[in-house]
Amino acid sequence: MTDFTAGSVAVRTRPRDLSALIPYFFILPAVAIMLAGLVYPVIQAFYLSFYDWKIGTEFSGAPYVGFGHFIRMLGDENVWESIWVTIRFGFWTISIEMFLGVSLALLLEKPIRGASVFRTIFILPLMVSPVVVGLIWRYLFDARIGWINYYLVQVGLEPQVWLGDADLAFFAIVFTDIWQWTPFIFIIVIAGLQALPSEVLEASKIDGANWWQHILFVKLPMIRSILMIALLMRLIDVFRALEVMYILTGGGPGRSTELLSLHIYNRAFDTQQLGYASAISVLLIVIVTTLSLGILRMGNPMKDKSDI
Amino acid sequence: MAAKQIDNPLHIWGHYTALIVLALITLAPIWVMIATGFKDDVLVQQKEPVWFFFVPTVENYEYIMTRGKFDRYLWNSVIVGVSATFLTLLFGGLCAYALARTEFKGRVFVANSTLLVRMVPPAVLAVPAFAMVINFSLDADLAVLIFFYTALNLPFAIWLLFGFYKQIPVELEEAAIVDGATALQVFFRVLLPLMKSGYAVAGIFTFRIAWNEFILALLLTGRTSRTLPVGAAGFITDTGVEWGRIMAMGTLIVIPPLLFTFFAARQIIAGMTAGAVKG
Repeated sequence: MTDFTAGSVAVRTRPRDLSALIPYFFILPAVAIMLAGLVYPVIQAFYLSFYDWKIGTEFSGAPYVGFGHFIRMLGDENVWESIWVTIRFGFWTISIEMFLGVSLALLLEKPIRGASVFRTIFILPLMVSPVVVGLIWRYLFDARIGWINYYLVQVGLEPQVWLGDADLAFFAIVFTDIWQWTPFIFIIVIAGLQALPSEVLEASKIDGANWWQHILFVKLPMIRSILMIALLMRLIDVFRALEVMYILTGGGPGRSTELLSLHIYNRAFDTQQLGYASAISVLLIVIVTTLSLGILRMGNPMKDKSDI
Repeated sequence: MAAKQIDNPLHIWGHYTALIVLALITLAPIWVMIATGFKDDVLVQQKEPVWFFFVPTVENYEYIMTRGKFDRYLWNSVIVGVSATFLTLLFGGLCAYALARTEFKGRVFVANSTLLVRMVPPAVLAVPAFAMVINFSLDADLAVLIFFYTALNLPFAIWLLFGFYKQIPVELEEAAIVDGATALQVFFRVLLPLMKSGYAVAGIFTFRIAWNEFILALLLTGRTSRTLPVGAAGFITDTGVEWGRIMAMGTLIVIPPLLFTFFAARQIIAGMTAGAVKG
């Protein structure tokens, strides 16, 4: 310290003052970027939802419509239809993925030689770009040259125009999602099961629990919080998803595969109603925030836990 | 019951069979893409699938690398991916450190809000991002993309790195401080070396998202600033899909994430399960 003028008091207090500020310097850049890149756009979405702004026009010329878009939304069949598609999509994908993922994990949880090879393979669908996932399955489901139709014919079934029929296209996006996400559930459930304390598992076996009782009353309850968080995370993902469907079906035919996120995108950039699309975004923000608060209540991992 | 008879050979055999079948189901579509990229157009258009035995051709790769703007897209993707990853790790690491190691007013609020904004759907960002670009007349497309990817990735990176910082014993830092190290020295000399694997996980996740992201890239880039996924989608035209070329492009896009998966599977799984298992 080459501070000649400072008295003993200043010398003692200065480091403490600085160290009180240091945390703010550390968080400042990250917080600023998140505010500008995530929070500001969300606020902007609220703001834009009050204006009838269309692509290609100046925003300053856009008429103020107040809550007009929200009132319109309440009676808009297309919005409700895409919400319904999202709920159905979420129901089928998540229940099938959870069922398959959890049962497979219970059957195959035992540590075996070569487990890491399999684990590597099972995370591949999550590492592949959503655009690429959409492209691959669009090729496989293709009506004319798609491999799925070929094998259907081989086993004596009728070929289908998969992506041209409302129900079949919906099946196609559900199927693709299951292919992509079941391995994720499988892996995290296995991780959870392998982390269970062996004493409890031993105890239940000594007490004479049979295989079913062992799973239903011991293992599943013990990984309850993992299952709940996985479920909520998948649920939020369903409301965030759009890239795979954008490539695979574009939301069609009709609106049969147009999830809420894709609906917002199509509204904004296909029918060019930026203001109205923002109003629907507000609805999406409310839904996703509610679900996220659920996760936070389940247990914020950043809570001050000494054993984290 | 025989739930845990590890030494029963039939059981082990069944176990492996089940895993192999599941692995094949997982791999088959990815293999179809790779194989299709090496097929000529006649083979691609043929109804009967050919899995393995065909004469491979590189004409699709030749086409996308010479006729399209592949080199441009690749360069854009690399710039965006690397810059977003660097910024995310730098700022996210500092923030996570402060949250994990220091006490300050608003700490819990920042931690909770970080988790909340992590869930912001990309579709919600689309219109405001588009509006920001127009209203502020931004034209440095790649910079805008890097900015949004950094923002999108920061929450998860902070959350992940927070967990890693918490695992390092405080005593190490205290010892360094006693020895006269400043806060910055503690951060760079003591903590960073121990945080290597944490930063590796966060970096892989960030790069993967920046590299793969499509919808914002589609909106915010122009003719010269397109990234690879946008370029790939460009092969879907009104007259049809050029499957051979698009699959070749898809294969190239998938290479970096595949490499990460093979070399850092353990870390990736640690990142994926961190949320569920630790929470």
